[in-house]
Amino acid sequence: MRTPLDRLRDSLLGVWSVGAVVFLFVPIFVIVLFSFNDNQGRFNFTWQGFTLRHWADPFGVEGLQQAFVTSIGLAALTTVIAVILGVCVALALVRHRWRGRGATGGLVFLPLATPEVVLGAALLGWFLTLGFIRGFVTLVIAHVMFTLGYVVITIRARLEGMDVHIEEAAMDLGANQLTTLRKITLPLLAPGIAAASLLSFAISIDDFVVSNFNAGQTVTFPLFVYGASRQGVPPQVNVIATAMLLFVILLMFVNLGFQRRAARRQNRELEPTPALGL
Amino acid sequence: MSETDVALRGLTKRFGDMVAVDNIDLDIPRGGFFALLGPSGCGKTTTLRMIGGFEEPTAGTIELAGKEITQQPPHKRDVNTVFQSYALFPHMTVAENVAFGLERKRVDKAERKQRVAEALDLVELGPLASRRPAQMSGGQQQRVALARALVNRPRALLLDEPLGALDLRLRKQLQLELSQIQRDVGITFIHVTHDQEEAMTMADTIAVMRDGRIDQLGTATELYEHPRTAFVANFLGNSNLVDAEVISSSGRYAEVDADGGARLKVPANAVAAAQSPQIRIGVRPEKMTLEAGNGQQLDGDSNALLGRIVDAAYIGLATQYVVHTEGGADLQIFVQNSSSRTSGLDEGDRVVARWDPEHTFVVEREEQHAG
Repeated sequence: MRTPLDRLRDSLLGVWSVGAVVFLFVPIFVIVLFSFNDNQGRFNFTWQGFTLRHWADPFGVEGLQQAFVTSIGLAALTTVIAVILGVCVALALVRHRWRGRGATGGLVFLPLATPEVVLGAALLGWFLTLGFIRGFVTLVIAHVMFTLGYVVITIRARLEGMDVHIEEAAMDLGANQLTTLRKITLPLLAPGIAAASLLSFAISIDDFVVSNFNAGQTVTFPLFVYGASRQGVPPQVNVIATAMLLFVILLMFVNLGFQRRAARRQNRELEPTPALGL
Repeated sequence: MSETDVALRGLTKRFGDMVAVDNIDLDIPRGGFFALLGPSGCGKTTTLRMIGGFEEPTAGTIELAGKEITQQPPHKRDVNTVFQSYALFPHMTVAENVAFGLERKRVDKAERKQRVAEALDLVELGPLASRRPAQMSGGQQQRVALARALVNRPRALLLDEPLGALDLRLRKQLQLELSQIQRDVGITFIHVTHDQEEAMTMADTIAVMRDGRIDQLGTATELYEHPRTAFVANFLGNSNLVDAEVISSSGRYAEVDADGGARLKVPANAVAAAQSPQIRIGVRPEKMTLEAGNGQQLDGDSNALLGRIVDAAYIGLATQYVVHTEGGADLQIFVQNSSSRTSGLDEGDRVVARWDPEHTFVVEREEQHAG
């Protein structure tokens, strides 16, 4: 029997949940809303009417397009390098026994635990000592460094859940190591590689602290927003942010669709065949 | 003697301080069903993995069809493995799984297709060729693993506890099917198992392994009727073992002194192999009979020990007695319930346990092993 107390508890729980969601999403909603703000002057903090003019001209602010393209390129290159390195590290850690394996396994995660400010400053120190000219290259090096740990964690988890006998079976059936990697290991790691790629792309495109130390003259999107905020963030920044948000939501739906379809197919084919009872 | 297919010479594998396989010499005959039987940790799987090329021997050599393959990587060896976990490729269909080995050998497409179909027919999975492993039951997956290995027509097929993950009923069925398939294809099967019944059902020859060594090699009948170690006697079925000392050996039977003074007969050839007069003799529980009595009628051709029933358990097809002998040994005796009349014996009764001397076997005395 549901008592009035139960009902009260349920309704309170509902209110609480809605409150939590609102708390999380109001800032995002404000960002989206103010991409449509018909602001006058440099500031975009008060609502002054609806307009689509910022959406019609998203790169209408000087330097924004350059910064955006730099960030996308940086994140893409970082992802490619970090995932290739990360797969190698994870394979070495999980599938092979070698001196220094334990130490490497621990050290790879150290950048994750280090405060970003410390990491950024330390990298800056090294780049100065080694005489690197700070710019896109130092940014790539820095981003690969702090995304690698995430990639290794993700791929390693997938690899550890994989039956090592599957790879042995491939070799048993006449596949050499390279063929086994290409035909068996990498296809089975694909979901892990996809997850690691998304993660490192997202972390890289979002980074401010480390980039701020090591960017030199190069301006990434977060650095641009930071610079612009000192004189009022232009609404185009909200437009870009909203567009990225929509893109991510779209990806989520695509992923959901794939999963549903896979689940449906599996269910259909799992129905028993009368001819074979086994 | 038939041709040797796989020959192991002084094969040894150490993992750190642990000796997993200890200097094994073994000849596995061509075209037979060979079983490596032993408890977990006895080195049987390590031995199989060395034949497959997945573990590198610490010492010794492996020969396949007369050629040494010790240093060859797995993909160059003409052997295929059925793994305990099946290890099917989850991202491929059943047909793609089975075709994998043929693709690696660059068998042309038409022949490949035909051989895949034949292999799937052999394991009765033809209609399921387009499924993925995750959509199949354990028994079906096991058959795919078998087809995937057999389609390559290897010189030897290695089976690593392939039925271990299946339930009892399915396991019994697949045991018979596996023997049938082995006879049909004529390929040497090397089967690793810890299940003595499974080994006895399927294998022509069984090697019983313990602590990295082969304790005894023989047919199921030889191992069961004439075990040479206490371990084999206990691992394959139940045994009653008592310490004995050889007194005289003349003619067909040797006479031994056992169980605190009883005179028993043992086949002379069984005693001849023993290193010293201090031996242990054994007899299977189902080879013994029980009769009420206190020993007045001890005579004649059979072996007999006096004792008292300390436990009687009715287990359906037999009644299982434990008899405490005068010498202090506990004997297990199975009496078949072949007639509706029960033996009338019960706990506390004084009895004579009898058996035919021919059914007495001799094992070396040694430190008692658990197991």
